[in-house]
Amino acid sequence: MYEPDNDDAASLIHYLLYLGDNALVLSQRNSAWCGHGPVLEQDIAITNISLDLIGQARSFYQYAASLEGKEVTEDTLAYLRGERAYYNCLLLELPNGDWGHTILRQFFFSVFQQQLYKQLLPSKDSTIAAIAEKSLKEVAYHVRWSSEWVIRLGDGTEESQARMEKALVALWAYTGEFFQPAEYELAAAREGIGPVVAALQPGWWQQVQEVLAEATLQAPEQGKTWMQTGGKTGRHTEHMGYLLAEMQYLQRAYPGATW
Amino acid sequence: MIMAILANISAAEIKTLLEQVSDPEVPVLSVIDLGIVRDVWVKDEKEVQVTITPTYSGCPAMDVISMQIRMLLLEKGFERVVINTVLSPAWTTDWMSDAGRQKLQAYGIAPPNPVPQVCHQELFAPHEAVACPQCGSWNTRLVSEFGSTACKSLYQCNDCKEPFDYFKCH
Repeated sequence: MYEPDNDDAASLIHYLLYLGDNALVLSQRNSAWCGHGPVLEQDIAITNISLDLIGQARSFYQYAASLEGKEVTEDTLAYLRGERAYYNCLLLELPNGDWGHTILRQFFFSVFQQQLYKQLLPSKDSTIAAIAEKSLKEVAYHVRWSSEWVIRLGDGTEESQARMEKALVALWAYTGEFFQPAEYELAAAREGIGPVVAALQPGWWQQVQEVLAEATLQAPEQGKTWMQTGGKTGRHTEHMGYLLAEMQYLQRAYPGATW
Repeated sequence: MIMAILANISAAEIKTLLEQVSDPEVPVLSVIDLGIVRDVWVKDEKEVQVTITPTYSGCPAMDVISMQIRMLLLEKGFERVVINTVLSPAWTTDWMSDAGRQKLQAYGIAPPNPVPQVCHQELFAPHEAVACPQCGSWNTRLVSEFGSTACKSLYQCNDCKEPFDYFKCH
């Protein structure tokens, strides 16, 4: 097992929180579809994806908690951090919008997650490599499911295509953040723990472009959009506080409650 | 009282005991059938360590399964029961026992096909052919790739019309 010295430990914990927060925050968003999906089978699909993501978040948090020691647990990490201590990408905390909006976000993220986890397989940190190996099998399902739905909706009816075009405009400016490294990602790359994130962009773009083309959606021109950033360093959109308020309500109202 | 009698129990005997611990969501399968028990190590007459691996990252059954293994082994006289969870190598349906596959079938859940067909990336690929566990017909259709639990997808038989779960290849 990789054993960080004290200076590197804080950076590794940030990195783990980033990986876990991405999964947890999108899981929380997707879970709001439970009972509201357009048809029962797809309602079940999106909530199954939520479950996979929450499992991945737990793995990263459990590891982070073991490095933090003291009173820190996976639950305190999820329920007792404010938004400035969350490092997820902004894209994942945005409101769900309509079904097309949710699907397109899932697609952008799942393709990214697949690229990232593949590059985590050779990580010098064997725990991270094991989490990536486990999660990749699940993410393969997410990529296929969301890709197929982007295509169905984009190349669907006039209404569904218009909605996908709208989602594309709304979400595109949040996709650049995946590839703009935070300090802890640079440190992870230097240590051989994680990849150089900018290098994941071409593979992501290629796959996204192929699916958008199949969906008859106009892919945005590369490098022409100003990209939103901040989530990776704890500077979030106004939506994040509300998301956490709902997710953390019980532990805030009844500290330490168990059942 | 049988407490504290079984101090000299071998790892193989413990594995046999663990056949009593079932998956709470698919109660017809034991943890041994599922292939999630990766290792049993009897450290001494007081301590035993069991290594398990989750089927899916978010599988809510894992916590219950850990607890049941612990309870059983404490009951059998061990004073310390350590449950380790490993993620690598990642669990695969290939590890499911033949007995497990037969039990699933009898229970009305189609067992995973011996050769995984769904783990490829191709979009809109033809769905995996799965035999109906009720009437045996191969004339079935995928209703949803995601089913009642993370490990299953939902099918329907076009002949007997029965909807059924398929324990999907992973």
